[in-house]
Amino acid sequence: MGTQPRLIEVRKNVLKQNDLVARALREQFRAAGVFVVSLVSSPGSGKTMFLEKTLTLLREDYRVAALVGDLATENDALRLARSQAPVKQITTGTLCHLEAAMVEKALGEWDLNQFDFLFIENVGNLVCPSSYDLGENVRLVLISVTEGEDKPLKYPTIFNSADVAVVTKMDLAAAVEFDWPTAYGNIQAVRPGMPVFKLSTKSGEGIEEYLAFLKARLNEARAAAVTPEGARHS
Amino acid sequence: MHELSIAMSIIEMVEEESRKHGGVQVTAVHLKLGALSGVVKEALLGSFEMACEDTVLKGAKLVVEDIPVLIYCQACQAQRPVSSIQLFCCAECGTPSAEVVQGKELEVVALEIEEWEHNPA
Repeated sequence: MGTQPRLIEVRKNVLKQNDLVARALREQFRAAGVFVVSLVSSPGSGKTMFLEKTLTLLREDYRVAALVGDLATENDALRLARSQAPVKQITTGTLCHLEAAMVEKALGEWDLNQFDFLFIENVGNLVCPSSYDLGENVRLVLISVTEGEDKPLKYPTIFNSADVAVVTKMDLAAAVEFDWPTAYGNIQAVRPGMPVFKLSTKSGEGIEEYLAFLKARLNEARAAAVTPEGARHS
Repeated sequence: MHELSIAMSIIEMVEEESRKHGGVQVTAVHLKLGALSGVVKEALLGSFEMACEDTVLKGAKLVVEDIPVLIYCQACQAQRPVSSIQLFCCAECGTPSAEVVQGKELEVVALEIEEWEHNPA
């Protein structure tokens, strides 16, 4: 008697567990009528300031909240709390990305029915977050003009997985000789048709267009959720 | 670097499958890895070897099949490869497309096991 090799078929997605939690979250968000935006970017691209501005401006007409992921420290949550919006920090320890289960846990007792927009700020990283669905409606990728025009070509996976791109710190564009047509072309090369907004969180230039986009998407999502077809089949 | 946590998820999944089959010894794990999975193959191979150390999978091989990106090309009305991972255009006709139909795979497809041979019939 000896051993014999044999092949067993498995066919299972390695991230199945995350995808299941993400799917449940997405359904929960839809039922509550909250529009969820996740933010990904490099460290230092100005994600927290961008989010603070977004929360402050949207708060005038909408109910907004945010979850912020970071390896350590609660500085971001403290900064975002200045917007007066409800904010919770997710400290990931050594983990370089957020997973759906962390979002689920962080939401805790929050009543999602009380919000129009929920923002989830991922850990500053353009690689790892791309694999993990968080149940969001849109994934927003943020780059700043100081990072250079070729960022989308260096990180095509995350740009391809995103739904909208925002180029920030446009007030510094001239100083760093940022070439907008090249940057725009690179984003379109890795993700054809993706909406792109250029703005300056500092001067406020371009922010209205970006906020109008979010509001329009919220209305679309709600309209889709209340149509009988949408309710039955989604 | 999230390849270590991916490797640990693979091991967990394989251990479960192995238990289902009566605790068989797994000698190799076959994985489909899409070019858009966000996982770096070399880092995953290293992480897998390391993460297997103290498990029943110690010494098991990770056999990776690279899956290239395919998009649906509206102009060709067919699935086509992309020009490159940095240019999501049909490799045949150049039409841009964001409709990815293949390339995000991160999937355990099969396990190689060692089985005791039964008495020949």
